[in-house]
Amino acid sequence: MALEFRSVTKEFTTGTGQNLVAVNDISFRVNEGEFVSVVGPSGCGKSTILSMTAGLYQPTRGEVYVSEEPVAGPNAHVGFMLQKDLLLPWRDIVSNIEFGLEARGVAKAERRDRAMIELKRCHLAGFENHYPYQLSGGMRQRAALARTLAIKPEIVLLDEPFSALDAQTKLLLQNSFAGTISQTGKTTLLITHDLSEAVLMSDRILVLSERPGTIVTEIKVDLPHREEPLRRRVMPEVSDYAAQIFKHLKLEEKAI
Amino acid sequence: METGAGAPVKVAKPIMTSRRSTLLASLGLLVLVLLAWQFLPPALGVPKFIIPTVTDCLAEMKRMLLQEGLVGHTLSTALYTVLGFAIGSLLGAVIGYLLGMSEFWEKVLSPYILALQIAPKVAFAPLFIMWFGYNAMPKLLVTVLIVFFPVLVNVLQAMRTVDRDLVNLARAYNLSRWGIFLKVEMPSTMPNLMAGLRIASTLAVIGVTVGELVGGNTGLGFLISYGGGQANAAMVFNAIVLLTVIGFLLYAVLVRIEERVLHYLPKAQH
Repeated sequence: MALEFRSVTKEFTTGTGQNLVAVNDISFRVNEGEFVSVVGPSGCGKSTILSMTAGLYQPTRGEVYVSEEPVAGPNAHVGFMLQKDLLLPWRDIVSNIEFGLEARGVAKAERRDRAMIELKRCHLAGFENHYPYQLSGGMRQRAALARTLAIKPEIVLLDEPFSALDAQTKLLLQNSFAGTISQTGKTTLLITHDLSEAVLMSDRILVLSERPGTIVTEIKVDLPHREEPLRRRVMPEVSDYAAQIFKHLKLEEKAI
Repeated sequence: METGAGAPVKVAKPIMTSRRSTLLASLGLLVLVLLAWQFLPPALGVPKFIIPTVTDCLAEMKRMLLQEGLVGHTLSTALYTVLGFAIGSLLGAVIGYLLGMSEFWEKVLSPYILALQIAPKVAFAPLFIMWFGYNAMPKLLVTVLIVFFPVLVNVLQAMRTVDRDLVNLARAYNLSRWGIFLKVEMPSTMPNLMAGLRIASTLAVIGVTVGELVGGNTGLGFLISYGGGQANAAMVFNAIVLLTVIGFLLYAVLVRIEERVLHYLPKAQH
């Protein structure tokens, strides 16, 4: 299923009554099965894009389409994941993975079956009866991915899912996420501020400007092994791509 | 290498000994206080009707059991403590959750809630006696009132601070308003609710005692005012001890329930 933004603008009214334009006239398309990253400076409205795709709020102008249908509210085709794992601490891992299925009329036995499948896919077999506090940060994020995949979303939204992890865990988890996602063939939108992460994991990268966020440029990553970032990582082209994004973000000008 | 092999044993041992030594110190202190209570007042020439000794209190306890119907009084107080605690905390929790779901009503009612919270609840006791007479109603009402607020305030506070991202996640998963409440908000408030209940349990005993002190002819509070009227200090002491035991038991039960309910929280390392 494809995801499309058509001239989307989102304004917020702040507490002081001012109008704040989070994103301005954004148009892009993520094709079925494609992995697209959005990078940009902090506060450029990256998360706003995600919330509008998830249907948590509506654009002020323009429209968001998921498989050619306008998004009017929370919708069953989209699963999202944040930097925080958002696991419910009072539930064990398998019940956490089932959480998304409970309001969707899936029978109890089937819920458990689907949760166990995702649990194994995300390399958490044996931990189904553990509670979140007993797991490491990386494992908790994998559990969150399992929960996201359990609802069988057509589109997966990842909002900086690796940014709270230590450097090594991050590499391993990127690898395991990339493998899982390419295996399931999901259309994926990754929001990140980590340039190399974007290069390692995506087919295409959208570079956003500072607020109000607009798309500065679009970079196609022409490298193999999208399903295995650890192999991509050693390719010399990776740093070229990162440098290219770096330039578009005009980061030198900000470095004092 | 030798020290490495010996280390785990060395770590385990001090914990055991420290636990045992705190217990021993606590018991030793109790014995010391009881001894001082037994022998100091007579040595200083304090008369028995001012400070009765431990043995006087025990003798009076036996007399109260046989002649004053102490068991009945104690059971009555325990019953109304538990009843008042249950009704008050249920009301507090329900209203806390309702207000927590409606920002409008919370804002409208919060100044009055604050005022009622500040007002000394025990001072309502004489009013309740005027309204309902010398029966169990006034003490029950005082207890309900005094228990109500800590539970309400804790639940309300917790409802305000439920993680917005969790609620959004639940919304994205198509959960209804009621579903979000049941599966996200209510479980999130459990630690605060349990803390509120623990505070409330200690207050419940105060509520019942004041109710019984002010009016009525049953309960340990009544024995306090009766014993006070007769200058029977031992009776007052005994009643206070039993009230403390009731409050302590209620508190201990709540701590056990809390351990069960909040089993998913990591234990603090000591």
